[in-house]
Amino acid sequence: MEAALPAIELTGVIKEFRTGHDVVTAVRELDLTIAEGEFFSLLGPSGCGKTTTMRIIAGFEEPTAGTVSLHGRDVTGVPPNKRDVNMVFQSYALFPHMNVFENVAFGLRRRNVAKDEISRRVNEMLTIVNLDGRSHRRPRELSGGQQQRVALARALVNKPRALLLDEPLGALDLKLRQAMQVELKRIQREVGITFVYVTHDQGEALTMSDRIAVMNEGAIEQLASPREIYEHPSSRFVAGFIGTSNLLAGKASSVSGGDAVIEVGAGERIVVGTRDLAIAPGTELELTVRPEKIELSAERPAGPGCALRGTVTEVVYLGTSTSFTVTTTTGADVVVFQQNSALAGDLASRGDQIWLSWQPAHSYLIGQSAPG
Amino acid sequence: MTASALGRASEGTRVVRTRRARRFTRLLLPAYSWLVIAYLVFPIAVMIAYSFNKVTTGLPQVSFAWNGFTLEWYRQWSSVPQLTSSFWLSIRLAVSATVLATIVGTLLALALVRYRPPRFRGKAAYEQVLFLNIAAPEIVLGASLLGLFVTINLARGFLTLLLAHVAFCIAYVAITVRARMAGFDRSLEEAATDLGANSLVTFTKITLPLIMPGVMAGGLMAFAISIDDFVTSNFVSGSAVPFPVWVYGVTRIGIPPQVFVFGSAIFAFGIACAIASIVISRRRT
Repeated sequence: MEAALPAIELTGVIKEFRTGHDVVTAVRELDLTIAEGEFFSLLGPSGCGKTTTMRIIAGFEEPTAGTVSLHGRDVTGVPPNKRDVNMVFQSYALFPHMNVFENVAFGLRRRNVAKDEISRRVNEMLTIVNLDGRSHRRPRELSGGQQQRVALARALVNKPRALLLDEPLGALDLKLRQAMQVELKRIQREVGITFVYVTHDQGEALTMSDRIAVMNEGAIEQLASPREIYEHPSSRFVAGFIGTSNLLAGKASSVSGGDAVIEVGAGERIVVGTRDLAIAPGTELELTVRPEKIELSAERPAGPGCALRGTVTEVVYLGTSTSFTVTTTTGADVVVFQQNSALAGDLASRGDQIWLSWQPAHSYLIGQSAPG
Repeated sequence: MTASALGRASEGTRVVRTRRARRFTRLLLPAYSWLVIAYLVFPIAVMIAYSFNKVTTGLPQVSFAWNGFTLEWYRQWSSVPQLTSSFWLSIRLAVSATVLATIVGTLLALALVRYRPPRFRGKAAYEQVLFLNIAAPEIVLGASLLGLFVTINLARGFLTLLLAHVAFCIAYVAITVRARMAGFDRSLEEAATDLGANSLVTFTKITLPLIMPGVMAGGLMAFAISIDDFVTSNFVSGSAVPFPVWVYGVTRIGIPPQVFVFGSAIFAFGIACAIASIVISRRRT
């Protein structure tokens, strides 16, 4: 079978902004391939270049170098109105002087679609986004969530090759945001269009995406599935940005058969898989363990697991779980989440001496961070 | 509770005094407001009243003694041919100047809001010129325009009047429209472009309708300034005599009561516009 053309392909894209005499590099040497029908997220802190990358795909910014292709066609230099992608803006950008129907019909009218087909397609799309019977409302008469869905319908009704969403849920409150996450995923499945989703909210990205590109300072730090990114962060930045993670610094003391023994303090040793990293004994390393993978116990657990000793310094009740901060004998603070299940009583309180343990598979060696 | 009750008893006299003071201020503000309004409206009221005044002398000239109510001057509104023709000249002039100044002023406002020095060289100079245009005494503008027209040998008439009026109306339109543009969300235009609209369609379907209230306000201001301009017009009018210039000329021999009829009509038109604008903006929200 012939490989399908990627929906979006960025090759060697660089974007520099000139302000006076300064040159700010927003995107540096970006290569990115997004497959047809994929829900793809660009995730990163503000200023990481994710929005610029999206605007380059939409055509609002021209890359300083590199090319943009949509379905194999090079569209570098093609203006946004001639690109077969549509965008949902962070502010929704609904036309305030038009009602819902006119807003949604705007794109179709630009393409001279027949009148009755416009009204059929607009109404069909309004049904998909659950806005039946509101087609004569003005945008300001709608709630934030409804405006959001009008913005979505206005873009999707054109059946674009890809839909670009720029932090579309940022202005909604938590409950609505969670409901819209599920809604967006449903709509994406229903219409089968490629979604490129820009967000700084890791929860959003993890919930909805097929793949996530974590961006930092204009470059992609890691590009993988949500699970891979969460469980196997490739860099210190990713580990810190996605969820809570514990970083432990140590020195490799011996390497054998794909496992490395890391000395994290006086006499404290942790076993970790080397992955494909070439590690020589004596190398300074960092490894990460997610808080929910760690067990607390009063006695040193039996078995081959990793174990550290420490003192509980903070206990925070979070509802479904409790967060413990433990200062280990190596000096590092480790956060542990424990489910508040029916069986568990009070596991530990402040000042308790305690053992932390986890399976070797759950500690993960972080690649050498870029120097500097 | 008890402490405050005691306090209240001992402060009884002060309470009465503050209440009296409050009653006084309650009257003071409305009285002051009405005085200011009366001060502003009184001259107009006089004009309207005298447009209904009978004339007892042989010549149809305004006398400032009240001789009784009549609708004669409204019935004979067009019986002073020079007055009527100068009035229609002023209307034609104001409409033409408004249309031209609104187009140029709106585009200027867009450029001032949108573009910055590397692309728009001399932006600061433009802004200074706009300000100067409003701040410069009209007498200076009128005299220098006359000098210019004489130098380039342009016959004074409707064309010179139009050039002068457009020149001083542009700044008012540009400043009004620019104020309206202040909160304009550029992503609306990007959204239109993203949905397939070219720049012309984006301007006519999105930008223009949204800044229309500012454009209308600027246009109305231009019209109001143009229709009653005297100083500049007096310099550059030549053979074409607009309404204010004609009225000024005729004061030396006596004002026909029709002048007050026209004045009242212009005022009524202005009021009608103001009311219409309020009604329209209320209906929209």
